[in-house]
Amino acid sequence: MLTHLARRLVFMIPLLFGITLISFAVIHLAPGEPVGLDTSLNPKVSAEARERIRQIYHLDEPVPVQYWRWLKRLAVLDFGESFSADRRPVLDKILERIPITLALNVLSLILILAVATPLGVYSAVRQHTLFDRVSTVFVFIGFAIPTFWLALLLMILFGVELGWLPISGIRSLDHNSLSAPAKIWDYSRHLAMPVFVSAFGGLAGLSRYMRSNMLEVVRQDYITTARAKGLTEEAVIYRHALRNALLPVVTILGLSIPALIGGSVIFETIYAIPGMGQLFYQSVLSRDYPLVMGVLVIGAVLTLIGNLVADLCYGLVDPRIRTGR
Amino acid sequence: MMTAFRDVARNPLALAGSVTVGLLVLVAVLAPLLAPYDPSAIDASLILTAPSEEHVFGTDELGRDVASRMIYGARISLSVGFVAVGISVIIGCIVGALAGYYGGWVDALAMRFTDIMLCFPTFFLILAVIAFLQPSIWNIMIVIGVTSWMGVARLVRAEFLSLKEREFVLAARSQGIGDGRIILRHILPNAMAPVYVSAILGVAGAVLLESGLSFLGLGVQPPTPSWGNILTAGKDNIEIAWWLSVFPGLAILLTVLAYNLLGEGIRDAFDPRLRVGRGAKS
Repeated sequence: MLTHLARRLVFMIPLLFGITLISFAVIHLAPGEPVGLDTSLNPKVSAEARERIRQIYHLDEPVPVQYWRWLKRLAVLDFGESFSADRRPVLDKILERIPITLALNVLSLILILAVATPLGVYSAVRQHTLFDRVSTVFVFIGFAIPTFWLALLLMILFGVELGWLPISGIRSLDHNSLSAPAKIWDYSRHLAMPVFVSAFGGLAGLSRYMRSNMLEVVRQDYITTARAKGLTEEAVIYRHALRNALLPVVTILGLSIPALIGGSVIFETIYAIPGMGQLFYQSVLSRDYPLVMGVLVIGAVLTLIGNLVADLCYGLVDPRIRTGR
Repeated sequence: MMTAFRDVARNPLALAGSVTVGLLVLVAVLAPLLAPYDPSAIDASLILTAPSEEHVFGTDELGRDVASRMIYGARISLSVGFVAVGISVIIGCIVGALAGYYGGWVDALAMRFTDIMLCFPTFFLILAVIAFLQPSIWNIMIVIGVTSWMGVARLVRAEFLSLKEREFVLAARSQGIGDGRIILRHILPNAMAPVYVSAILGVAGAVLLESGLSFLGLGVQPPTPSWGNILTAGKDNIEIAWWLSVFPGLAILLTVLAYNLLGEGIRDAFDPRLRVGRGAKS
């Protein structure tokens, strides 16, 4: 297991390096130099901001030197100061937002797993039945529905028409005066729609994936053996087949992290949730370049860590990976 | 190829998808003929009126006809979809072909690059680039294309890995044909089947991305109508004008669904060949 972990960590180094290279390339799209023909036409970037970009990123020096300076600051997690009025360090601004985004994504991952697994297994076991067809239609719609539109529709239905759920923020105005259980209830009412919306797309994808895994596993010889031993259908499906069908799901969950984190921009903006996505959106709108760069790099590193965790989990549940081929 | 077409035609879902796609293209091309009103005609007496016989999808916050704006919006969605996917297919084919054909350090470099691009939450990368550039329809197309070629590259590489060992490639090589010609004329045409499928599904993804960006105000800029920016108006008027939210969203849903159904249908039709491709290590 330890060598597995070590191998994975070594594998991460070139990726981290690459992330910084690509992020650095993005900076070079900045107005000013070297690609800035239309800066004078861009009223959102003041002359002062342009001058600051030039200073922070040393845009007048040779490119390798610029990159090296930037990399040195990244290495000590110095992302610079925000361009906004408060001028706080970018790192602080991002760190205080991460817990909310992480919590939301973890909750929606749990929801995805809890719903998609039984859905996929059930429609695989009952292939070609009415249930299977209905869930297939659901899956196609789940793939096609724009997240932000679903969010709007739910807001109209539950927030405006029925008035059951609050449509923005993560807590009520009187949150601090509530008792502990009431606080939890308050949070869950605020988070119900955002978590559901962010899980919806993944739900469709994963249940589809679960279904095809299950169909593949059920056709294997050891399942036939289990049936031939006279095991009940439940034991065959849930004790023997499900375990192997669940394995690749771990990897898929890891791979879906970028989409989840990226999607947080949309639903955090719509539901006014003070997470990393909303911060990023605001920084893009106000052209707060240090903040944009900070979120970009940290988002990519979070994804990398997510993939590493998924990889390690895979190693934990599947001994074949752990021992190496 | 012909049997594949027949298979698609026999699959009712794929057929429905292709008919819808055809209709959408027709609507986009014939927009000036089909739109009942000028999409940018402002009428202060018609601000936010509910759907009626004159304005079947109602009017927006400036009194413009929503149906006409949506018909013109189809042009934006489809052109962004096609151009963005075109860019991503070209990049993906180049990276995948070089990696698969040459192997060795070229392959290692190209695939690590692909892995790195996959680390970035796509939406973050797109937004970051947009922050540094001006949001415009051309920039949107380029940015979506440049951030979504990784799947195609992996598919093409896998196909190349298995195809380059085949006899016809050996035959071509023994005739002294150069690498460039072998890649472009002999291997690539045989590697395209899974790319077509992924391109069609990619159009669906690009339409979703464009509408999301426009919804956030970072995509196609008003007054140019796009389904995404009509929805922004829908959000601003969510408590009084449901029609601004419902119809453009349905249009996006329908479009994406149609491309997905068509893509899946073609995938099923090509399936035996795809399985060969999947066997290769990626």
